[in-house]
Amino acid sequence: MAKPMEIEVNGKRYPVSYPPDTPLLYVLRDKLGLTGTKYGCGEGQCGACTVLMGGAPRRSCQIPVSAAATKSITTIEGLEKDGKLHPVQQAFLDTGAFQCAYCTSGMVMSSVGLLQTNSNPSETEIAQFLQGNVCRCGTHPRIMEAVRQAAKRMQERGR
Amino acid sequence: MNTTREKLVAEPERYEFSAAPMHQFELARREFFKILGAGIAVFVVAKDALALQETAPGSRSFHNEELPKEITSWLHIGEDGVVTGFTGKAEMGQNIRTSISQTIADELRVPFESVRLIMADTALTPFDAGTFGSRTTPTMTPQFRRVAAAARDLLIGVAAKEWNVAPEGLIAKDAKVTDPASGRSLRYAELARGKALAQNLPAEDPVTPATEWTLAGKPFPKVDGRAFVTGRHQYTTDIRLEGMLYGKVLRPPSFGATLTSYDDNTAKGTSGVVIVRDGDFIGAAAPSAHEAQIALDAIHAQWKEVPQISNEEIFSYLKQNAEAKSEDRFRRQKGSVEDGLASAAHRLNATYTVAYIAHAPLEPRAAVAQWTDGKLTVWTGTQRPFANRDELAATLHIPESQVRVIVRDTGAAYGGKHTSDAAIEAARLARAAGRPVKVVWTREEEFTWAYFRPAGVIEVKSGIASDGKLTAWDFHNYHSGMSAIETPYDVPNQQTEYHQVPLILRSGSYRGLAATANHFARETHMDALARVAQLDPLEFRLRNLSDARMRAVLEAAGKSFGWPGKKTGEGQGFGIACGHEKGSYVATCAEVVVDRASGSVRLVRVVEAFECGAIVNPDGLRNQVVGAIIQGLGGALFEAIEFENGRIKDPHFATYRVPRFRDVPEIEAVLIDRKDIPSAGAGETPIMAIAPTIGNALFEATGVRLNNLPLAPNGVQTLNT
Repeated sequence: MAKPMEIEVNGKRYPVSYPPDTPLLYVLRDKLGLTGTKYGCGEGQCGACTVLMGGAPRRSCQIPVSAAATKSITTIEGLEKDGKLHPVQQAFLDTGAFQCAYCTSGMVMSSVGLLQTNSNPSETEIAQFLQGNVCRCGTHPRIMEAVRQAAKRMQERGR
Repeated sequence: MNTTREKLVAEPERYEFSAAPMHQFELARREFFKILGAGIAVFVVAKDALALQETAPGSRSFHNEELPKEITSWLHIGEDGVVTGFTGKAEMGQNIRTSISQTIADELRVPFESVRLIMADTALTPFDAGTFGSRTTPTMTPQFRRVAAAARDLLIGVAAKEWNVAPEGLIAKDAKVTDPASGRSLRYAELARGKALAQNLPAEDPVTPATEWTLAGKPFPKVDGRAFVTGRHQYTTDIRLEGMLYGKVLRPPSFGATLTSYDDNTAKGTSGVVIVRDGDFIGAAAPSAHEAQIALDAIHAQWKEVPQISNEEIFSYLKQNAEAKSEDRFRRQKGSVEDGLASAAHRLNATYTVAYIAHAPLEPRAAVAQWTDGKLTVWTGTQRPFANRDELAATLHIPESQVRVIVRDTGAAYGGKHTSDAAIEAARLARAAGRPVKVVWTREEEFTWAYFRPAGVIEVKSGIASDGKLTAWDFHNYHSGMSAIETPYDVPNQQTEYHQVPLILRSGSYRGLAATANHFARETHMDALARVAQLDPLEFRLRNLSDARMRAVLEAAGKSFGWPGKKTGEGQGFGIACGHEKGSYVATCAEVVVDRASGSVRLVRVVEAFECGAIVNPDGLRNQVVGAIIQGLGGALFEAIEFENGRIKDPHFATYRVPRFRDVPEIEAVLIDRKDIPSAGAGETPIMAIAPTIGNALFEATGVRLNNLPLAPNGVQTLNT
């Protein structure tokens, strides 16, 4: 049965009414029109639907909307501030770290999550962290490069 | 599914080429300018046979106005100076939106930023057979170059008339025409103002040679990159229309199952749900995909299933069920293989197998369909918009002129998005619902109901002389296909044959088609022969190769890799392989390390040299080459579709392993820019040498010769037995 609740996405609160076990992904995409978060498998295996929940990267296809109601959610649409790209987005753009780009939102969100807990990840740590994100076009080396570049810029900016 | 299975026989790998008629109709120029605004337009009318492969029967229309049948591309220069190119090709990650825009800008002498492309829209773009076969760069890109060259001449002509001077002395540059004699100039935008000039041109106009390109040949970043990193780009799956419903289709429990009983009384009772049963199609549309699924779950359907073979038996089945005699077009012969084998100092026989694999594009098959006054518009991620339009028209029993197919830049395809399945499903549901319907396949549907790269068996018999020269080559491919089936090596006696087998699983195009299977067999065999001849594998290949381009990539790859490599540790091995197809050349070297205890394989380093003539965009090309290596290592090492009794046993990313970050080796792509050779496509050939390269490296590391793809889904197991 549909249950009315409120969720906070990209700093805005939205009233929604869904069965509590509805995956957050569908609420974001179909109700809120935040289609930057992608469906790739619906099974938590590909990372295309990654969002930040309370700052941590989570597969939104595996998060019941009821669980999301207690945390603040950030989607790819919420990263840009005043027309300025997040350093991770900028680094993906600068390194050309996409081909079909369908995985890009999830890659960016996972990378943002990584850099929040580890500001200077090693090669191995990046690969390990992004292991759950599938890129079928094989753009992995550039994605790694983008994360390294973003880490460097964020550190410089933080200094 | 039954009818589909019956229709899909024979050559599972082939691209869908069709011949074109040569009718000419008058161009509806007035209508064209009414829609695009005043300006200057130039149309390419294909005359060469190559370009004709891109055209095919069926009406080409621009808002239902007839255009010449042979038009393959066109260009419009507006009063605002915006240059718009129109092509039926689709963008799905291979970056042709960027490379074609560069070419237009280069030849028309305008800034890259002033060019936009309208792609893959059956109402707006010229007919195109499809985006496949690495055809865009060798055929569509040169056509845009010709069309831009003609537009430039046209603009010079307009300026000459304006100034009452001879056109010969005028110069087109920086989006304006200048008269060096007087110093005056007019911008293209000014020249186009108030005009409605259109010109057809033959496709063989002279164009700027690659040595003089200024914008083409440069590493321009992907067009609309910002829309992708911000999530703003709207793929087919992201489309939302007013009043749109979500559709789901009831799938049979197994391939070939037939419906024996059906009861939808419970499902029909749900408000807001539309159930459609039409022949063997059963689907539901509802306000959400979840509700549509609940409705389908409430349908009581029973199916009669048929026993079918499994992946365990597939290779013996393929051999047993091959056509007794293959058609002439599937055979190539030179000299006498018998004589060549008889005279050989060493002979080698081997059998190779290749498993079914899935494309698994990250954006699943999807479509949104909308009916308005009997006309159907479908947005779908397909490589063949016009063929999809025709299939929709035929399936729904409406004229083609009532169907428009639009392809948004798509979340990849790799040869997997030729068919119109999701489009037909969405259209059928939308017709019944009287509202727009979106169908997005689940990952499980993708892995089950799409189609696969066909499995195959390849048998090779060969002979070499004592000096390491090939004397005989006998090559038989069962089922996987003809692509790159002929050996590039110099062999006086050779026989090559493709043996058809009726389809077992629904199969079709996959990046590179059977070039991967044929190269795997050939280049693994060549490696084994090199060992027999006691020659270095690179030296052995060079000894049997006279093709200069082939030799050049081999030598370039070897040089960058440091061939033959120096072993510095336990379980280390180096491999090499090469080939050419579709006008481009590839050679690949790899280093592997195999853990002696566990048999686990680590791909450490790959160097690939690639040459496709004059490079249009080195940045995009590098992405394609590196991407092909990574995608290819999946099929090489661990990807395989497992099936039994018409069911796919591993239809999830959790069970069907695709390459992930930790699988990716250090990669170096060596791009050879041959400005003296016309540009070839690069989407496919870079994938085809990686499997034998890895296999050959594994042999060196372990002494175990692996003749089956995937090579080591669970590591090199034979080590421990």
